[in-house]
Amino acid sequence: MMVVTVGSAIVALEADEIIYGAIGLAGSLFGVATMFFLLNAPYVAVFQIAVYIGAIAVLILFTVMLVREEKWAKEVPATSLTRLAGALTGLAVFIALAFAVIATNLSQFSTLSNNATFFDIGVLISSGDAPVLLVLGLVLAASVVGALTLSRADREERTQ
Amino acid sequence: MNTLSDFVIVSAMLFGIGVYGLVTKRNALRLLFAVELMINAANLNFIAFGQYLPSASATAGPSTNALGQTFVLFSIALAAAEAAVILAIVVVAYRLHKDVDVSELKSLEG
Repeated sequence: MMVVTVGSAIVALEADEIIYGAIGLAGSLFGVATMFFLLNAPYVAVFQIAVYIGAIAVLILFTVMLVREEKWAKEVPATSLTRLAGALTGLAVFIALAFAVIATNLSQFSTLSNNATFFDIGVLISSGDAPVLLVLGLVLAASVVGALTLSRADREERTQ
Repeated sequence: MNTLSDFVIVSAMLFGIGVYGLVTKRNALRLLFAVELMINAANLNFIAFGQYLPSASATAGPSTNALGQTFVLFSIALAAAEAAVILAIVVVAYRLHKDVDVSELKSLEG
């Protein structure tokens, strides 16, 4: 599962055709969802599949189809210096985090100690975190209105 | 793959790949992919720590603390909103400039 997740993530960024990159991203998100299943969090895993693979990946695929051009098939490659700098930065971040994991001896935790259920999540969301849920709804509404306004403003600009 | 460190290492790998993508890529859609990977790495950490570490209030035995899972639910919803706005911006930028290379979008440059 680890190989699928990390391999698909690399494909998402390095595939020549951006549409294959979008499919690779969906594969990586699916790998993370299966890890949520392994971590005994099935509700979040199903939510991840529904929102990320069902909505975001499909949205990205449609955007790619809308804005795709042949010249992207041969995307301008980053200079070797930029590529080296990126690889070094990514590797440095990974090594720093891996050292932190090893130093804190996280492998001692080998049994899932939390068996919170769907019901517990519901209770938490509807009691203590209820204001957060309301604000989240407002943020979602604002983002949808913002996205619609952006496309509408552009259309008006083109008709003038 | 059954200890906390395994999941955290996978999360660190995803985050490192996301950082690599943010540094090297110039295509706005690839940058969005990199950001999504980093968000997923953070979500995986939330769930892994929430499920493996015992709750502070629980004295012994399994606890029922759903805070980690709740945070991830909120995070996924926010990521969906963010992706919708970024994709709308990408489509508008493409209509105006016929390109989504972020180094070519200089209209807001001072």
